[in-house]
Parts: sequence; structure tokens; C-alpha cells
Amino acid sequence: MSTETGTVAGSESSRIHNIGYRSYDGRRLGRGYARRSLYSQSLRGAFGLGRSAKSKVLPMLLFGVMCVIAAIIVAVSINVPSATKLLMDYTSFAIYLQAVIGLFLAAQAPQSVSRDLRFKSVPLYFSRPIERVDYVVAKLAAMASALFVLTGTPLVILYAGALLGKFDFADQTEGFVQGMISVALLSVLFSALGLVMAALTPRRGFGVAAVIAVLTITYGAVSTVQAIAWQTGSGGAIEWLGLFSPITLIDGVQTAFLGADSAFPGGEGPGAGAGVVYLIVVLALVAGSYAVLMRRYRRVGL
Amino acid sequence: MIATESLSKRFPRVTALDRLSLDIGPGVTGLVGSNGAGKSTLIKILLGLSPATEGRAAVLGLDVATSGAAIRERVGYMPEHDCLPPDVSATEFVVHMARMSGLPPTAARERTADTLRHVGLYEERYRPIGGYSTGMKQRVKLAQALVHDPQLVLLDEPTNGLDPVGRDEMLGLIRRVHTDFGISVLVTSHLLGELERTCDHVVVIDGGTLLRSSSTSDFTQTTATLAVEVTDSDTHPDGTDALRQVLTRAGVTLIGHDGLDAQGLPGAGRILLVEAAGDETYDIVRDSVAGLGLGLVRMEQRRHHIAEVFRAEGAPASAVAAQSAPVTAGLRTEEGERS
Repeated sequence: MSTETGTVAGSESSRIHNIGYRSYDGRRLGRGYARRSLYSQSLRGAFGLGRSAKSKVLPMLLFGVMCVIAAIIVAVSINVPSATKLLMDYTSFAIYLQAVIGLFLAAQAPQSVSRDLRFKSVPLYFSRPIERVDYVVAKLAAMASALFVLTGTPLVILYAGALLGKFDFADQTEGFVQGMISVALLSVLFSALGLVMAALTPRRGFGVAAVIAVLTITYGAVSTVQAIAWQTGSGGAIEWLGLFSPITLIDGVQTAFLGADSAFPGGEGPGAGAGVVYLIVVLALVAGSYAVLMRRYRRVGL
Repeated sequence: MIATESLSKRFPRVTALDRLSLDIGPGVTGLVGSNGAGKSTLIKILLGLSPATEGRAAVLGLDVATSGAAIRERVGYMPEHDCLPPDVSATEFVVHMARMSGLPPTAARERTADTLRHVGLYEERYRPIGGYSTGMKQRVKLAQALVHDPQLVLLDEPTNGLDPVGRDEMLGLIRRVHTDFGISVLVTSHLLGELERTCDHVVVIDGGTLLRSSSTSDFTQTTATLAVEVTDSDTHPDGTDALRQVLTRAGVTLIGHDGLDAQGLPGAGRILLVEAAGDETYDIVRDSVAGLGLGLVRMEQRRHHIAEVFRAEGAPASAVAAQSAPVTAGLRTEEGERS
């Protein structure tokens, strides 16, 4: 403070905003709070909340589509006089609507991570109390939660409808719980893969394309080869081919453990033994994605 | 505020910092060095984001190796590069960053409004950042570094990309961060001339080693040097030369290369540097100019510049020092610096 303070502060423009500085003596909630804030901000952001009206359109539209379809299934099921259960299994819902889920992920994963990378905001995070692991975990958890909301809410609608339709309670509850576990797994797997693709492609457009490619091309390839295998009578290959695309992985796991009917050709889903392999592959993919993300953010630190 | 002890950082092929020992107190401190001198590496280590190869460093009395998170809670950082998403408003962005620093939601909003006003952003803070000018973006970047009321801010090249007016405003703002807000500042630049206007203390590093660390007033006492520029007239086609002869006859000492500014700048040959023995020197200059019937363009006190100190010592800082030039050549210098 020894030097003259008036030298540069004396100009008119800088004196105008001299309205007295108030220091902050309040609480600083630290790393855990920052991580939770990042999580909630990212989760809200995935649905366009707290962002511009334009960015709400797509996620809300997709969310609406999921819920409306669930409501229609409920309405039809209840109005079929002879029906004793819903027209669609809880576990089948996400498989049938995988395109909608894929679109949501493709639109929101780049929004969640590519923005920070592309506009180089990441150093601002890492110059604060949170660490790399907090950032990655918060982003992953937020994306998984967003997908879980997207895929779980229709199941809740289905379940509520089923109860209204006075279908068998125990039966429905079991299916509902199995469905929820399945979509939880799907949410974690999809968000991990989606974030990796998005984090590796800082340009948003490429990120969208990369996510869609990973989900649809692998599914297209797997189901085509499976169909060929079915036609040529080599049914044994079908259950192993399912390991090569995210959605068939989920299909395999829920067929093996969650009482689902497989969507594989001929219903040739994996049994319990192959199911363990499916589960291991799913968990390995999630862990691998986490490792890739951690690596990615080590490079962009500051 | 900051203390390092034989701090070294070696990468496989480069030594970024080489046994650097610093002791930086409160106030505004300038960290000068050419590109690649180790400024950014030092900042990374000070924020606890990159372990030092050897040596120790402490910020606010906390060891960077063990208390990184605690340091980062109390320190603000403004990166050199662009770091703002274009699709959110300054308010939303700074609120988010305040929460990332650990401020509760209400406090984050209040502090954001305050801080943005202090850095000079008013109504425009509700508009998306994408539409801001470079100067406004720099202010947002500064605001996000200040929003959690840190005890120390690290500003990495805050004047980068600004025009001369924007630079002056930013430097004024930086000065106020210390004088009005009571926050100590470490500001990096590769421009010596810029920092001597803002800093209490200047640290020069080059090639990862400490070149010099001392207070700005040590570098630049206001010495009795007068810069005089006059017009030509019909009777004296070379007004500068005529004045020089008159002043020499009057017994006034001319400094430098025959009294001419030796900076070698275009137009510098028109400036006479005169040693002012006292108030009477001003009178002699004034009377001499009037006697010759010339117009007096300027007569100003000139401070010594940090750069001159290095030049005189023949220190290896010449690369840095050469970038600094007199304030009188203000606009020209700024252009030269940027090219």
C-alpha cells in the first residue's frame, strides 16, 4: 500500500464503479458441496432447466414422448376387457424406445461435457476446491440420473396404470422392480459411453454424431449378424453376438437375471452363465469409461 | 502470501522451473517472463494442481503439496485463454462458479451481483456472454476469480488481446483489487512496462530461474529527467537542435545520446532528455523555448523504467526488457509490444 493509489484508480470510468467492496465472511461449503452443485446443475441442464428456452425443447419433447407412449400403453391395456397384464413388459419398454433414449443421450451428453472442453472452462473448475474425480463423478452421475428419470418415469406411469387397471399386484410389482433395475443399469452404461464419446469430441456436432453412431451402428450391426446367424441356423452364436452393442448388452442382462423376454431373434437370449459374462462386460465398460474420462481430464487440467 | 523454496519442475525434456526461491508479500506483485519462462507452470504448482519435482511452495501459509483444496478455496485464478461459454449470461456463469468455490446459493447470487458491478458490468450481465467484447469478457473472467472473495488472485496475462484503452482500464481494475478490495494480486505478463504501472513488487523469471525480485519503487524512482519536445519554426527549421544549443549554453545538462532519446523509436529524435537540477530547470526550458519562438509540445517528468535497470546491468533479461518502452510513446509502444 506504499505506492500512490490514485495513479490508475483516478480515472473517471474506474471511479464510477467504486461503490465500496464488501468482503465475504460467510461459510465456505467446500468440495462436497461444490460436487453436489455441479451434479444438480448438470442434471437440470440435461433437461434444459436453467438454460435457454430453445435448449429445453428437445429434452422435454423426448421426455414427453416417453411418457405419452407409456400412457397410451396403459390406456389401451386397461380398455382391453380380457387383459390381465399390460400389453408391454416393463423390461421391454426401454428396448423398444431405445432410439428416443439414444437421441436424448446424443443431444445432452455433448451439452454436458463438450461445452466445458470446447470453451476451455475446465481449468476454472480445477482451480477451485473440486478435483478431477469430483468433476467426472458429478458429470457421470448427473447424466445417469437424467437418463434414469427419462427411462424410469414411463415405468412409473405403467406401474400406476397397472394398479389402476387392477392387474395382479405382486406380478406387476415384480415386473416394475425388475424394469427399474434394468433401466438403472442402462442409464449408467449409456451415460458412461455417451460421456466418453462426447468428451473425446469437443466439437458438439461431432459429439452428437459419435454418440448416435456408437449406439445405432453397433446395434444395427449386431442385430443384422444375429439375424443372419438365426437364418443360417447357428443359433448358438446369437447370445454371444449380443455382447457387442450397448442395448443388446442390457437386453442380455435382463433376460438372464430380470425375467425379461429377449428381443434377440428367436428369443435366444443368454442364460444365467452367459448372463454373468454380459454383466461383467457392462461393468467393465462403465469402469473403462470412467478411466478414459479421468485420463481425458488429466490432460486438460490447466 | 507466496513462498517457494528451491522449487523445481522438470518435464522429460524441459526444465520449467529451476530451483526457484521466492517470497511474495501482500500487495500487487508482477510476475514477468517471456513466453515459456515458467510462469504458467508456477501458477499450476501454486494452485496445487501439479506436483513439484523438488522443493517446497506455500500459498497463504498452506503447503501446496498437501492443502491444495484449502488453497484453491481461498485463491482466485483467471486463466490467460478464453474460458467462457457463449450461451449463458455472465450472471449465471459467475453464480455457478461461485458455487463451485463453495459459496451457498444465496451468497453466490449476492456476491455475483456485487462482483460484476465492481468489475464494471451492469445491464449487459444478463445477456449471453457470446455477444460480449473482449474487454467485457476479460471483466467476466476477472469477476469469476474474485467472486468468492479470495485472499489472493492469480491473474494470467489479464491484458492479453485488449486495446490500449482496455489495457489501462484492466490495469486500473487490478490496482483496485488490492487497494479497494484488499485482495493481494499476482499478475503475470511478458510486458515489463505494463506491470510497473500497477505493481508494488516485480519478480522477473527467465528460463525457470529467478532473475530479479524487488519493489517497483526500487526499480523506478522518479528521477529528475525531463522529456521535452518542441515544434519547428521558419527561423529554426530544426527546433530540437536549436533548443539543444540554447540549453547547453544555459548550462543545463543533457542526458543520453547527445540529449536525444536513445530508444531508437520513430520520432524519438525529436525528444530532448534534460536533467532537472531543480525547479529552475523548468523555467530555463520554458524561457528558452519561448525565446526561440518555438511551440512546446510537451515537457514531462520521466521515470526510469524497469527495463532500463536491466539494460544497464546487462542482465540476460534483455529479451524481456527490450519489450518495454517509455510511457510517452504510449500508443506506439503498445502496438510494438503486440507484434
